[in-house]
Amino acid sequence: MPEVYTSSILPAPAERVWGVIRDFNALPDWHPNIVESRIEGGAPSDQVGCVRAFRLADGGFIRERLLALSDYDYSCTYSILESPMGVEDYVATLKLTPVTDGNRTFAEWSAEFDCASDRAAALVEQIGQGVFQVGFDALKKRLGG
Amino acid sequence: MVTVARSTVVDAPIESVWEVLRDFNGHDRWHPAVARSELENGRRTDQVGAVRNFRLRGGERLRERLLSMSDRRRSFRYAIVDSELPLMDYVAEVSLKPVTDGNRTFWSWRSRFRTPPGREQDLSNLVAEGVYEAGFEAIRQRVERPGNRYREPAPASTPAAKPAAHDAIEAKAMIIDRYGGAGELHEATVSAPAPGPGQVRIRHTAIGVNYIDVYCRSGYFKLLQPPGAPGMEAAGEVIDAGEGVRHLVPGARVAYACPPVGAYSTVRTMDAALVVPLPDTIDDITAAAGLLKGMTAEILLHTVHRLKPGETVLVFAPAGGVGRLLVQWASHLGATVIGATSSEEKARLARGAGAAHVILPGEESLEAQVRALTGGRGVDVVYDAVGRDTFAHSVAALAPCGHLVSYGQASGDIGSYDIGSLAAGSVTLSRPNYGHYTGTPEQVTAITRRLFDAIDRRIVRVEARHRYPLREAAEAHRALEGRRTTGSIVLIPEQDS
Repeated sequence: MPEVYTSSILPAPAERVWGVIRDFNALPDWHPNIVESRIEGGAPSDQVGCVRAFRLADGGFIRERLLALSDYDYSCTYSILESPMGVEDYVATLKLTPVTDGNRTFAEWSAEFDCASDRAAALVEQIGQGVFQVGFDALKKRLGG
Repeated sequence: MVTVARSTVVDAPIESVWEVLRDFNGHDRWHPAVARSELENGRRTDQVGAVRNFRLRGGERLRERLLSMSDRRRSFRYAIVDSELPLMDYVAEVSLKPVTDGNRTFWSWRSRFRTPPGREQDLSNLVAEGVYEAGFEAIRQRVERPGNRYREPAPASTPAAKPAAHDAIEAKAMIIDRYGGAGELHEATVSAPAPGPGQVRIRHTAIGVNYIDVYCRSGYFKLLQPPGAPGMEAAGEVIDAGEGVRHLVPGARVAYACPPVGAYSTVRTMDAALVVPLPDTIDDITAAAGLLKGMTAEILLHTVHRLKPGETVLVFAPAGGVGRLLVQWASHLGATVIGATSSEEKARLARGAGAAHVILPGEESLEAQVRALTGGRGVDVVYDAVGRDTFAHSVAALAPCGHLVSYGQASGDIGSYDIGSLAAGSVTLSRPNYGHYTGTPEQVTAITRRLFDAIDRRIVRVEARHRYPLREAAEAHRALEGRRTTGSIVLIPEQDS
């Protein structure tokens, strides 16, 4: 099962970063790949089990379910229900940890999924760098890094 | 239950940090608070269940058991089995995670424990600062190789880019046009000529800042004739060497701590005689931060006064650049070290360096406090670079036939002094001048050999806590003069200049 792991240091306290990313419906606010998002059935975006449906800048359409949300651990886990990426059983977690040495945050974004074996390496690269790292870079910029 | 959690980011790949940390019994080789550690019952260092038995530099003994270790998660947990510090039910976890963005390491160190009532705060601080944060800093010093990181992409080592021997190289320097305050330092473009016979041209990677630079800038010492750059200490890479220079070759890593001044520059041409090659074990930052201070400490402890085991030593400014090295080295040599400093924070650093006692300003005079600690006798030797404010107290703190080594005057000129009064204690007085002990290649080689060995064996720990870009040299001077610093200051030349 291919695994993706991307981590970075963000130049703001974890509480503040969490304030940006906690909203499961807020991807278009901070991730440059995503242009619009809504929560299906009008559910609150912090209701575990809610589904976000969003559109990518390149036109792709993705639906993801919120599996777990923790204000205590600053962590959010979700699965892909529908996407053009050709992945199955995709589960990802975005988690923040405070760095006590300076007002910084250690951010980790990881995922596991199944796919055709010849596509694994390309998908790991695309997700790790093209999605997760791009998201971190946008957060760094937004938070003043 | 008290919880302590500290974390940091180390600018090194996770493998190199884990390699050091996973050695459960190896902490006495890197942690400044740990004096000596042994494994009980012949266990291996990575054997779960092993007990490490060690002493802190403050003297307390502890035994800790390894509860778990994971090379996959790069983490381990341990518990205090028994301790002379009142930390009860103490369980701690060290864990590393990779920061893929930049190939760095996130390091978390956390614990839970109980304390006697009312001791929660001071023991939490001790664990958080004295153990965890001090450990972070020590590992950073050990595994981060900023000297290498800041190294230029080697124009000198590529034949095509190598300057022709007769070409001058344009360099950026921080110079003064006249004596004065820190604000007189400003950037200027200077020329580093091709090295003549006996000379070497060096591309600096790190430049040491010393109090003597302040004296040069202010005009107190006339070592610097404006316009010119201060600085007597730096590390870097040899670009080219002139005729007759045999001990340095292009590409060699080198360092120096000697006059003439002029180190505050990206590239410099100078006499090669007192420039030494650096061993692989000493990185550029450590060399630039520690060479002048380390050589000074070496001379003060081995030549100006030959320190003997069992002697009692008073060190002023024991948290400062030279002072701290004196404390570490003197305690290693078997002396009992008393530090005299101004704040609790600096006192903590002094104790961490090995001071048996630390004196703070109080109701009692310094000499009275020293006598109280030495059974009324006084100390065998005083290392005093404070000068005017402390000279008389230093004399009064000496045991009969004691030795006052006055090696600086940070607080001002000592002025004239009636030497007849020294007869009251049969005092020996030394006022050493660094240059007289370091004027020949033979002297420098012998001193640096002992110094590099002491650094490598962690007898002395050079801590470049403060780094400034070269062009912010004025700010570095302000910090030094404002006594806002502990440990060494280095200037880093910008990579593009």
